[in-house]
Amino acid sequence: MIWLNQIVQGILLGGFYALLASGLSLMFGVMRIINLAHGDLAVLGAFFLYVLANDGGMSPWAALAVVLPSMAAGGWLLQRTMLERSLRAGVLVPLLTTLGLGIVVQNLLFEDFGADQRSLFSNIGALGYDSWRITSQISIGKLSALIFAVAVAVLVALQLFLTRTPLGRALRATAEDPDTAQLVGVDARRVYALAAAIAVAVAALAGVFLAMQSSIQPYSGPGELIFAFETVVIGGLGSLWGTLAGGIVLGVAQNVGAQIDPSWPLLAGHVVFLAVLAARVVLGEIGSRGGLQAVLGRV
Amino acid sequence: MSTATVQRWTAASLTSSGAVGCLVAALAFVPVALSANATDKLTTFLVYLILAAMWNALAGYAGLVSVGQQAFFGLGAYFAIKLSNAGVGIYPALVLGALCGGAVSVPVSWFMLRLRGGEFAIGMWVVSEIAFRLVILDYSVGGLTGTSIGPALGGFSPSDRRNDNYWLALGAAVLLLAVVFGLLRSRTGASLQAIRDDEEAAASVGVRVLAGKGIVFVLAAFGCAAAGSLWLATSLTFQPDDFFSVKWTAYMLFMALVGGLGTFEGPIVGAVVFFVIQDQWGDQGVWYLVGLGAAAILFALALPRGIWGTVEDRFGLRLLPVGYRLRMPAAGGGGAPA
Repeated sequence: MIWLNQIVQGILLGGFYALLASGLSLMFGVMRIINLAHGDLAVLGAFFLYVLANDGGMSPWAALAVVLPSMAAGGWLLQRTMLERSLRAGVLVPLLTTLGLGIVVQNLLFEDFGADQRSLFSNIGALGYDSWRITSQISIGKLSALIFAVAVAVLVALQLFLTRTPLGRALRATAEDPDTAQLVGVDARRVYALAAAIAVAVAALAGVFLAMQSSIQPYSGPGELIFAFETVVIGGLGSLWGTLAGGIVLGVAQNVGAQIDPSWPLLAGHVVFLAVLAARVVLGEIGSRGGLQAVLGRV
Repeated sequence: MSTATVQRWTAASLTSSGAVGCLVAALAFVPVALSANATDKLTTFLVYLILAAMWNALAGYAGLVSVGQQAFFGLGAYFAIKLSNAGVGIYPALVLGALCGGAVSVPVSWFMLRLRGGEFAIGMWVVSEIAFRLVILDYSVGGLTGTSIGPALGGFSPSDRRNDNYWLALGAAVLLLAVVFGLLRSRTGASLQAIRDDEEAAASVGVRVLAGKGIVFVLAAFGCAAAGSLWLATSLTFQPDDFFSVKWTAYMLFMALVGGLGTFEGPIVGAVVFFVIQDQWGDQGVWYLVGLGAAAILFALALPRGIWGTVEDRFGLRLLPVGYRLRMPAAGGGGAPA
């Protein structure tokens, strides 16, 4: 039973990871940018909301209506002023730009807020600790369930946006081949800026949830970034449902690992990540020799 | 009408290569000629130089963008401590530790090099996190708190220790840069650049892609492990979260890209820039880091080819040539060449 509980909690945690990772996946999928500042932007969004809620006296939910559009605008500007220019110099230069941006964000936050852990736990009342008791051993936290539901909703919305709207189609076309997309009248610059705006806003939402569920400090970003990367890679690049699956695999691995040995949760997550990559490599090798993949291709 | 000729050496590059030889010889006398403080600082610089050159060889020549080179940096130091604890003399332990740390890359490469682009970059970061998590499970090196090699170095006077560290660092830096230089000028160097530019096309003309990448990956791992073991010798303490920190890769990325990725001279310039920035403003704490981040952004936007890349583009200058250049016949009298 205790194992089942760990799996359930892991699945819920996976929702958070999927939310955290979806923006990263979008930017990589569309612009081929590995955004090393993704975790820091998530933390920045959370600090923004923290200030509005604690110094501005706003309800954290109302503050989201300020934070998310502002962060989206920030993402738009980031793409237009920095990433667009660095992308022109090849795929490696955005690494340097986003690395620099991450360092700047971390240290400016540190300058303003110090190294203390901050949490939005006290701002959300009973939601932070209420739970539904399923059996004597399994209970589901209302906040975890909310985060999972929001993650699924965001992924569904993104999926519908990408498949059903003209702008979404333009985005997919640009991701596939920016030059050809421009030939048929897509404004690639606008599409890229839009993708960056969505990615940064969703990252901020994930950051806010992180601060509600546990705590953040100015240097939390890189630690979250590695989980987001693992989620994206396990799920397969460019697939939104894959991202959810990736998050769940990572969350379950970490929670089950923690049950085996308290010092193991991160190690277990990392090992599962490598195992997934290894499986992909081995299956790829089989496939290239006309093995499994060739068989699957015929089905 | 004369035809175009292919050349590697120019008068400028011959002169500068000679100058580099003299500079290295002069550097060997630094502990004798300069102050203790200068010797310490130059040791730090040499460690940065090694790191920058290794990341450049990986990303700039083999197209392997790794976010996890701190794995080998940390493992080099870790194995040096383990060997020293097992009774090996401290200086042999530092050298052997670096070799052991680098050797880990051989099994890792078998798997990691089959990954592409982003997956390889992040995969390496995860490898380094795994190495870190495993090292802190080893209580013989103090777990998360770490340990000190002070006792093992107790038999040496501070000035001997400083000078030995410096010479060790100089030897390692010269050796590693010479190996990279030789490698890039060899057949392998040409095939590496082909791999970096287009892996499939390179494979289709018979370049052995995995072997080429493997050589650079293992070499860079040895270099980073040597840098880690040297860092241990100068800092005396081994704190796993510092040695396995992703900041080391951030430094490498900064130096290689600011200096000029894919040029031999670039990381040397980048290491000088980084060293000067750190030496001048390193005591400013948070604002130093904000400035470092801002500098990274500014360089990326203003000089995307890096300092040396820009110089090379503009003036056609190559001081330590690893490639060839096409020399067009002088257009004397007979109009423009066809």
